[in-house]
Amino acid sequence: MKWIFSDAAPIYTQLIEQIKVGIVTNQFPLGERLPSVRELATEAGVNPNTMQRALSELERDGLVYSQRTAGRFVTEDKTMIEQTKHHLAERHIQSFLDAMENLGFQQEDVLALLQERSRKEGMQP
Amino acid sequence: MKILECQNLTKTYGKIPALQDINLSIESGRIVGLLGPNGSGKTTLIKLANALLTPSQGKILVCNTLPGKQTHAMVSYLPERSAIPKWMTTTQILDFYEDFYTDFQRDTAEKMLKHLQIPSKQRLKQMSKGTQEKVQLIMVMSRLAKLYLLDEPIGGVDPATRDYILSTIIGNYNPEASVIISTHLIADVEKILDDVIFINQGHVVLQTTVDTIREEKEMSVDAYFREVFRC
Repeated sequence: MKWIFSDAAPIYTQLIEQIKVGIVTNQFPLGERLPSVRELATEAGVNPNTMQRALSELERDGLVYSQRTAGRFVTEDKTMIEQTKHHLAERHIQSFLDAMENLGFQQEDVLALLQERSRKEGMQP
Repeated sequence: MKILECQNLTKTYGKIPALQDINLSIESGRIVGLLGPNGSGKTTLIKLANALLTPSQGKILVCNTLPGKQTHAMVSYLPERSAIPKWMTTTQILDFYEDFYTDFQRDTAEKMLKHLQIPSKQRLKQMSKGTQEKVQLIMVMSRLAKLYLLDEPIGGVDPATRDYILSTIIGNYNPEASVIISTHLIADVEKILDDVIFINQGHVVLQTTVDTIREEKEMSVDAYFREVFRC
């Protein structure tokens, strides 16, 4: 998994986001065991306590769960993963809309542009 | 457990104050960045923790003990300038560390030396400056210390090695120990830090967590440092 960090946000929230993407895209498959905190921290190049904090929050949300001796696992709840996927999509849509608004496009202009785009792509083989 | 504690710590060189009335405490399990412009007192603080200097006033404690013989066994120190005799070969340095420090993990050191392809029969003085720094850092990180004091550990090495060194620090993470890293290369280290201490003209101006800065200021520690210490 590729870990990328931006400057403006806390590292732990970025970790949460990226682990969620990892789960949704099946890089951390449903019901499977997650690598250890140390392994994940080393891979992402982050502080182990920060990784621990991110995993604890994901655990609180129910997306991952702990088994005392065996480690941490991805939830088996497909609906929850589907919901997470939609939340992530919402966030992308919001930032896209914000960027478009910043450029001076109204909602209907944006929709028109999207339709035009989808028509063009539809024409391609 | 408190790994490092400073109580009204002051150090003056003649009439020149280097540290003034420092109060801070570092718990175990933390990786801390000691950040400040040139001449701010970073190295002085590290040397005080290592009994290379004595306080003018106040005190400094390492694991509740005054720095000295007893704390040398608990502190693994990477000085600003190399202290290992340059005529030694890598193997001799390994022997040297093994003799000196009971907590030295020779296997760990050998593994890292091999990974960075550092020849075992070469003398330190025959190596480039960067390679010398790597050897020394490997020795320092291969001890099972309570406190690692790293004075500018990544300044002289290339970015790829820098990544390897930082991941070594993460991989060696021990909840019982703490690591203090003094550096100017904030952007490179901030992701591996828990806390940062900003020090300026002998005063601690800020002690907080990396994510608190990012959350409250909406900028990286690197960007915030540039703002605070703008020339």
